Amino acid sequence: MILGAGQTPLSVAIAGACASVLLVLVVLELIRKRRLRERYALLWLATGIVLLVLSLWRSGLNTIAGWLGVKGYPPAVLFAVATLFILLVLLDYSTVISKLADQNTILAQRLALLEEKFGDKQG
Amino acid sequence: MAAELVREAPARLDSRLAALRRVALVPAYNEAGSIGGVIDEIRSADPEIEIVVVDDGSQDDTAGAAAARGARVLKLPFNLGIGGAVQTGYRYAYEGGFDLALRVDGDGQHDPSWFGVLAAPVLAGHADIAVGSRFIARKGYRSSRSRRFAIRILSWTVTVLCGGRVTDPTSGFQVTNRRAIALFAAYYPHDYPEVEATVLAAKAGLRRAEVPVEMRERSAGRSSIGAVRSVYYMVKVMLAIFVAVFRRAPEVPA
Repeated sequence: MILGAGQTPLSVAIAGACASVLLVLVVLELIRKRRLRERYALLWLATGIVLLVLSLWRSGLNTIAGWLGVKGYPPAVLFAVATLFILLVLLDYSTVISKLADQNTILAQRLALLEEKFGDKQG
Repeated sequence: MAAELVREAPARLDSRLAALRRVALVPAYNEAGSIGGVIDEIRSADPEIEIVVVDDGSQDDTAGAAAARGARVLKLPFNLGIGGAVQTGYRYAYEGGFDLALRVDGDGQHDPSWFGVLAAPVLAGHADIAVGSRFIARKGYRSSRSRRFAIRILSWTVTVLCGGRVTDPTSGFQVTNRRAIALFAAYYPHDYPEVEATVLAAKAGLRRAEVPVEMRERSAGRSSIGAVRSVYYMVKVMLAIFVAVFRRAPEVPA
C-alpha cells in the first residue's frame, strides 16, 4: 500500500508499538517485584494495550481519525488517546491519595487515643 | 458422582488436635447478624480453641456482637479488604505461637463442625494447608451458576500453573499448620486472595490438600463481590496469578 497524505507513517506505528510494549513489560516487572499492586497496574496495562493496538492497526487509526474529523495527520489520535489515558490514571490516583489521606487521619487519631489510654505521654 | 461425606462427631476431638495450640480466625465485614452463630458453632466443634474475629472496618456492630459471645476481636480502623483482614489473623496466630489455624468466614457459609475432618490431612502430616472444597462431593450449597463458572476457570488455571488437583481455589475454609501460618503472616495477597495464595503456597513448597465438605448459603449480609465487579476481579486475579508464577519463591519465616 502506498502511503498517501492522511496515512499513519510506518515509523510512527513502530515507535508507538515499541513504546507500548515497553510500558506493558515495565508494569508487569513492577508487579512481579511487588513494587506495584495489581489494582494500580490495570489502568496502565489497559493504556499500553490500547496504544499498542492503535499503533499497529493503522487502518483502524485512520478510520477513527476520520470519525473524529482529524484530517491530515491520523497519529494525532494516538496522542489524544494517550493523553486521555494519562488523565484517567491521574484522576484515579487523586482518588487513591484522598483515600490514603483519610485513612492516615484515622490511624493518627487511633494512635493518639491508644497512647492516652496506655498513659504513654512521652511521644 | 457424589462421594460419601463422613463428618466426625463434634464431641470427639482428635487427641493429636487437642494437644496443639489452635486458633480459629474469622474475618468478618458487616456480619453482626451471623457472627454470633458462627462463634457458637466453632465453640461446639472445639470448646478449647481460641476464637479471633477480625472485624474489617464494619459499619455495623460486628465487633460488639463477637465480643459479646466471648471471642477475641481485632478491630481494624478501616476496611482493608478480605486479604488484609485474613492476614491480620495470620499475624496474630504467628506472633501468638499457634500451631494450627482454622479459618472460617464470618457469614455462616462454613460449617465449623467439619473442623476435625478438615484438620485430618494436616495432623497426619500429609499437608501444610487443608482446604474445604465444595466441588469434590458436590453436595450442599455450591454458589451461583455464574460464580461456579468463574471458579471453574480459576481452578483449571491454578491446576495448570501449580500442578496437583485444585477444585476449589476460592475456598476460604482452611486449616493451616505453623509453616503455612508463618508464610501467610509474611505474605498474603490483597483482594479475593485465596486463588493467588494457592499459587504462592505452591511456590513456597507448601503442600495443599483438598477435603470434600458441604457449604451453606450465607446466613446474613451480602457477598463482598457483586455481579458488576466480578469481571474486574476475574481480570485482576488472573493477572495476579500469572505474575505470581514468575516471582521468586517466597521464604517461609521460621
